[in-house]
Amino acid sequence: MTVQSSSESLDRGLARGVMPRAKSGSTYNYVLRGVALLFTAVLALFVWSVLHQSWPAWTKYGLHILTGNNWSPAENNFGALALILATLITAGVAILFAVPIGIGTALTLNFVVPRRLAAPLTTVVELLAAVPSVVYGLWGLNVIVPWMSTTVQPWLASLTNSGWPFSGNAIGLGISTASLVLAIMVLPTIVAISRDVIATVPRDLIEGALSLGATRSQVLTRVVLPNAKIGLLGAVSLGAGRAIGETVAVAMVIGSSPSMPHSFFSLGSTLASTIATQYIDSSPMHMAALGALATILMVMTASVNAFARALVNRKPKS
Amino acid sequence: MTDVLAQLPPDPLLERRRLVQSIATKTQRRRAVRSSLFIGLLSACLAMAIVPLFFVIYALIVRGGHVLTWVFITKVPVQPTLFEQDQIGGIGNAILGSLVVDLVAALIAVPLGVILGLYLSETETRWANGLRRAAEIMTGLPSILLGIFAYIYIVTTMQSFSGFAASIALAMLMTPVITKAAETALRSVPRTLTEAGLALGARQSKVSLRVVLPVATPGIITGVLLALARAIGETAPLLFVIGASINYEWNPFHQMAALPMMTFTYSSAAYDSQHAAAWGIGLMLVIIVLVLNASARLIAAFMRRERH
Repeated sequence: MTVQSSSESLDRGLARGVMPRAKSGSTYNYVLRGVALLFTAVLALFVWSVLHQSWPAWTKYGLHILTGNNWSPAENNFGALALILATLITAGVAILFAVPIGIGTALTLNFVVPRRLAAPLTTVVELLAAVPSVVYGLWGLNVIVPWMSTTVQPWLASLTNSGWPFSGNAIGLGISTASLVLAIMVLPTIVAISRDVIATVPRDLIEGALSLGATRSQVLTRVVLPNAKIGLLGAVSLGAGRAIGETVAVAMVIGSSPSMPHSFFSLGSTLASTIATQYIDSSPMHMAALGALATILMVMTASVNAFARALVNRKPKS
Repeated sequence: MTDVLAQLPPDPLLERRRLVQSIATKTQRRRAVRSSLFIGLLSACLAMAIVPLFFVIYALIVRGGHVLTWVFITKVPVQPTLFEQDQIGGIGNAILGSLVVDLVAALIAVPLGVILGLYLSETETRWANGLRRAAEIMTGLPSILLGIFAYIYIVTTMQSFSGFAASIALAMLMTPVITKAAETALRSVPRTLTEAGLALGARQSKVSLRVVLPVATPGIITGVLLALARAIGETAPLLFVIGASINYEWNPFHQMAALPMMTFTYSSAAYDSQHAAAWGIGLMLVIIVLVLNASARLIAAFMRRERH
């Protein structure tokens, strides 16, 4: 105990800079700080470059970019509402599917599966995250799209008699397929972070509940989940951030049409997929408008991620 | 036995006891059933999470496995024609391109990430904390934004697409990942080692570089491999910066081909042979990524065993 506290006071001393003052002028320190400064500058340049590029579009069209629903570069009309909505809908539906499965998987890996099996199964789930997104796009385009158009979409349409929200032609490409592919892609993120969060639930609480005669399901639903809920919200938000920003796989299966989505079968275009498909060979104002999309995308994903990290990194109350 | 029982006076509460017991048994059974149903549901979640990986890998092997031949790996691509739809050439240029682009990206990102990790692991100032958070957020930003960054600063300045611009975008992607891994690895080095070094009179810089860094190296290598695995498969940052090339191109300041870009373009190309090639490259990418991941994991496991 005393050893630890003396080490802690040394830590505090080091953190306050009591000891390192003597060496603060060394080359080593200059290099460290120089690189930190360089990285800060690059980050600032990065944010500035996106803002700077989008500036002409913001000054010319203003908030029309956010509220207009007609995106047609040929007519110099840049209203991104449909793109923003398609982004939010695909990410939202993906999260809706991925959250219960992801959290269920995390609970299974931590509490149900025998420990010897848990490690390889975790690896398998993590490998899902390692598959490049262009491969998901390829798979989505050639396997999921036909399956959706021949099996899933006709079935969905029969549920509502081809009425809203499953109206329109079942051609496979579109919002619903993009959502499904996104759900598969964000699942490993949600599982990985949820596992870490669930692992921090105090062992005493779980053992206490078990000793009082609670069943395993009661322990999981009434002790583990309530205790981990804030961190789990963080995990879900990280998944949402990934879904919002996913580019190539979505661009390959969503059908690239910047019109307002009116059903789950409509073709669409998200913010990221529009940038991916239109950026090259665009006119200056078109590029500025795409820069504006990038700005919206950056603000959305950065705030979702900051929120998520704050929740996940939260110090557990002891 | 029965005689003894028969001789006992009748239990006045027998009926009640039986009732209570039967209710208790029923409740117990219901709880058990409910619990195992829930556990079954959870296991189904796990199955549903794992199934897509097998579908993806199955599709890759079936549709792309036969494409991967020595010729395919070493030759440069040929445009199929209506009369020779099966001539596809190879992807040697894309393999070389990916190699050069990712190598240059790593040459930029590894020193930057390791030094940043050193800085963050030794400093607790507000700046350092902000930088740590910024790096964390950056790992979650869409990679296409990095493509825009590289386009604005490299492509427009050099007036041409280039492998180097792609390297810059990928280096931006890798740096925060390596930084995070390096910081974690450096922080997990026992404090006592640092203190022993300082107590012997070594300067902080000597202690960090000669004592702490070597101990943390396996962890840092794990992080570098994972960052590389992510960078190699990325398409979005390359889309509008790398250009295209159908020859072996060594010079990173020229336009280049890359494996993920090739999958992307072939997947929407006209001929079946090109679609098959897209699957073949996809399979190759997944194999590369899996090998990188597996080696990262092996190193991490090796490190854990060393420590205990």
